Order: sequence, then C-alpha cells, then structure tokens
Amino acid sequence: MRALTWHGKHNVQVDTVPDPQIVNPRDAIIRITATAICGSDLHLYDSMIPGMSNGDILGHEFMGVVEEVGPANTTLKRGDRVVVPFVIACGKCFFCDHKMPAACDNSNPAEKADASEIAYGYAMTGAFGYSHLTGGYAGGQAEYARVPYSDYGPIVIPEGIEDERVLFLSDIFPTGWMAAENAQIQPGDTVAIWGCGPVGLFAIKSAILQGAGRVIAIDHHPRRLELAKQNGAEVLNYHEVKVREALMEMTAGIGPDSCIDAVGMEAHGFSPDNIVDAIKQETKILGTDRPHVLRETIMAVRKGGTVSVPGVYGGFADKWPIGAFMEKGLTLKTGQTHVQNYLPQLLQLILDGKIDTTDLISHRLPLEQAAEGYKNFKENQNEWTKVVLKPG
Amino acid sequence: MSDNRLSTDAEVASPAFIDKDNVEGDHAAASIRAAMINRPRQELYDFWRDFTNLPSFTENVKEVEILDAKRSQWTIAGPAGADIDLVSEITEDIPGERVAWRSSEGSDVDHEGWIEFRDNAFGRGTEVRIFVSYDPPAGAIGKVVAKVLQREPRIQARRELRRFKQLMETGEVSTSKAPDAAPRASRHF
Repeated sequence: MRALTWHGKHNVQVDTVPDPQIVNPRDAIIRITATAICGSDLHLYDSMIPGMSNGDILGHEFMGVVEEVGPANTTLKRGDRVVVPFVIACGKCFFCDHKMPAACDNSNPAEKADASEIAYGYAMTGAFGYSHLTGGYAGGQAEYARVPYSDYGPIVIPEGIEDERVLFLSDIFPTGWMAAENAQIQPGDTVAIWGCGPVGLFAIKSAILQGAGRVIAIDHHPRRLELAKQNGAEVLNYHEVKVREALMEMTAGIGPDSCIDAVGMEAHGFSPDNIVDAIKQETKILGTDRPHVLRETIMAVRKGGTVSVPGVYGGFADKWPIGAFMEKGLTLKTGQTHVQNYLPQLLQLILDGKIDTTDLISHRLPLEQAAEGYKNFKENQNEWTKVVLKPG
Repeated sequence: MSDNRLSTDAEVASPAFIDKDNVEGDHAAASIRAAMINRPRQELYDFWRDFTNLPSFTENVKEVEILDAKRSQWTIAGPAGADIDLVSEITEDIPGERVAWRSSEGSDVDHEGWIEFRDNAFGRGTEVRIFVSYDPPAGAIGKVVAKVLQREPRIQARRELRRFKQLMETGEVSTSKAPDAAPRASRHF
C-alpha cells in the first residue's frame, strides 16, 4: 500500500510499504477513506518529539471502511464505516473502566513502554502514527491501517453523512470538547483561548455549546482569527495588542474565568521568555518546551480560575509561574483526550446539525501529495488551516 | 539531628521501588516488579501455574514441556540463535496465592523466580508481584549468557509482567512489530 512516512526533520514522503495484517484477535483492518494532518503531526515534522524512527507511518486522524476483523471482535463487521480514535485503548483495564482511555494501561506494547516509564514515571498509552514512546503503531495517513482493540474504540457512522463531517471525531473535535470541559465553564463565563488552529477552533465551538457567555480567541494569523470570529469569538491579534492588558480591560479587571492553551510546546512570538526557550529547545539536550502560552494563561486567568491545556507538551517547562499559580488559587487540567468517552455524544451533535465540523478545512489533497500538505501546513499557517488527505 | 531516623515501616517487598528494581542478594542479577491486574486472583494463578502458558506472553521462553508434577523443561531463546535449556522445579505452591520455582542442576543457567497474587484491599483487582533472578554459569557460554541476561532480569520482570497483564485483561498481547502489526517504509526494516 501507499503511506506517508517520516524520515527525519522536515522530511516526509509517500512510500510503498507492506499491507498491515490482522495479528491479534481483537484487531480490524480499515481501508482508509479520509485522513488529516494534525497540528501535533507538525511537532513530529519539526522533530520536537523524541522516539521517532526512520520509516514510521504517520497519521492519527483517520476513518474508513472495515475490511477484515479478528476472531474475537464481535462489534464490528466487514463493510462498517468507522471513525477511529487516535488513542488506542483496551477497554478492560482500571483506567478504561474509570473513563480514562487515554491512560489505558495495556495498549503500549511492553517493549515500547520502557522509554516513557523512564521519561514520565509511568508508561504512556498507545496512539496511532506517533512516537515509539506511544507504542510505535503505524498511522492512518495510508491506504490501510491495523486497528488494535477495534471492538472498543472505533465508532460506526450511519450511511448518508459525508466523511468530512465526521472525520474529526478521531481527534480534534473531542480534543476541543474536552479542552472546554476541562475549563469547567459555568453559564455566562468568559473563556480566553490561545491558538486558533483546528483544536482552538473546536475549543471555541465547544465552549459556546457548553454555555460560555463570551469567548475571546488569540492568534496572529488573520485567516485563523477570521475563522474564530465566524464561530462566535471576539478576537485578539497578539501582534497588535498586549494580550494580558487587553483581557484585563475587556473583563473590567476581573480576567477570564478560564484560559485554554491550544498551542503547546512550539509557541510563536518574540517575547523574551519565548526566545530563551527556543534556544534551549534547539539544544535537544535540555528537553525544554516553549511554554510561553502556558505562562501567559496562568498570568491572565482570573483568581480562582481554571487553565485547560489541550496543547501538546513533551519535556520540561522552565520559568513556570508557580507563584501566580499558587497565590491565585488556580486549577490546571490537561491530558491526552479520552476520545472514546465522547464519541456517541459528539456524533449526535453532528447528526443534529448543532456544529459545523468542516469550516476549518482549507485544503483537500490526494494522499500522494501529503508531503506538500505538511510543508504548507507548517510554513503557510495562515491559509493552510486544515488539510484532509484522500487515499487511492 | 537525632540518630534515630524513622525507618520505612510500609510493606515494601524489595528495594525495587526505590532502587531501579534491583534486588541485592546472592544473585548476579535479580528484580522484583509489581502490577495491579483487573482479573480474579484464582484465574491469574491458574494461568501462571500451567507453565505451558509461559510462551504465550514471555519474550524468551519458546517452549515448555511438563516432565512431572513439579518439573518442567524450558527452552529459552538465547543470544545468537542458541537455545538455553533449563529444567525448572517448583519449590513452593500455594494454590491461588504463590508459585516459586528454581532451575535444577545441569541447567544452562541458574534461574529462580516466584510470583505472588493478592486481592487488593480496595477492590482494584489482584496485586501481582514477581521475582526473577539469573546466575549465569561459568565458561564461554556463561559469558555470552551473562552478557545478555545480566542486565535482563529488570527488563524481563517489567516486560513479562506487562505482557501477562495485557493477556489476562484484554485477551491478547499488544504489539507493533513490523511489518504485519505495524508496516514501515521497507528499506528501513
């Protein structure tokens, strides 16, 4: 089959690779009909995430048609259309039992789990098309994918609804939704969201559906700010205004009730803290992330407020404003998305027409042009807001 | 400062949890590891007690043949394709709770192990603790075996307990081995 493979920093290409096989009883093989490039794929493209291997197939946002199922899989059958969660979870362990599939104890293969146990204290959960820290599973920017524990994660999609409307159930819609949930929004709250990329946009949509009175979105790309505005946010361009002062003024000195960091480890901007972090990050030795946005959310949020972090971090944060965090009595909530928990509810929102899940798609490319998609999604973020790839 | 430092009084089976899983003692290399498994204690004991099940979740045990009520012959994949043979003898067997075994004389490697199953007091499943140790024999083959196994017990206890947990909880062992389970660009196998 054809698949998008990783070969080092800013080096991805579509290669011919072997077809995946059913190897475990609960597996399924999916013929992929639509897949997307995620902002977190750019962290791999930029070589910011450790544990990548030359030749890895990328992609964790995908859907398709079930081709084959393993003998122990009684919930899926050949021909089912499914969206596959990016988190691989067994559905049987303590964590899955307690509605934390993104903390599944079993999906990271034993020989891969050592690295993250050393790095983070506990082994991470498996995920598609990401680092070997998260299991080294082949991704979905391909014609076919093997889906482990496929009787637990994937959701069957009814006929008559286009791929694009449901594709983002794989990651960014639930991720934006959980980000809003983690922000603990009360009716009428003001929520400030840093980053108007796909997750930021879904966080805006979700915050409004969850009762936010006012959403303020922060970015510097005009097109992304425009999308935020179309979705009901007031927007701040951080190249034009000082964000914290603007938020203070807009909320008459109270500050936003919640702040969401939908940016993560590769923040843009030329503030002094971010420049120092960027230098440290380039060493690759110190393991330093660029938590500029995280600092800003902690400083900007109101006393007793909540900071929610869907943005990806992988290493260590220097100059963490622990004083502000403690003295203001803040709550911080974060984590990889418990995708499986949200799928029935979010699919229903789409079917009921309560949310537009396609307005962020700027480009549709054949899988063969995936490398071009990566390059532009990275270098031309203003216009390239979301890339959907079609295999075959 | 007083000399009477308060000592650990929590029940800790070994220094495993404070010193990188290493266990001091008479062995060249040994390790203890613990895992919570979300299955009934008896079911876990029964599966482990039948040593012919070992190859279904261990990385190195290729084949187990039961010789009699206490003894079984293990074939272990060794370095450079050479097999390591050992005859394992059960030294303690408390049904539902504990199994201990050790290799008998004449085995290619001195191996000792035990596994314990306890109900978690708070209903989270079964607490499983495993101990494995190796003492490689002298001589040329011993050196090769030692090289592979000396750093192994820690990794082995950790990985095999993880695989055992996976198999017991989910019915299968998670894998991303290329090419079938996880294809990769072909020239990079």
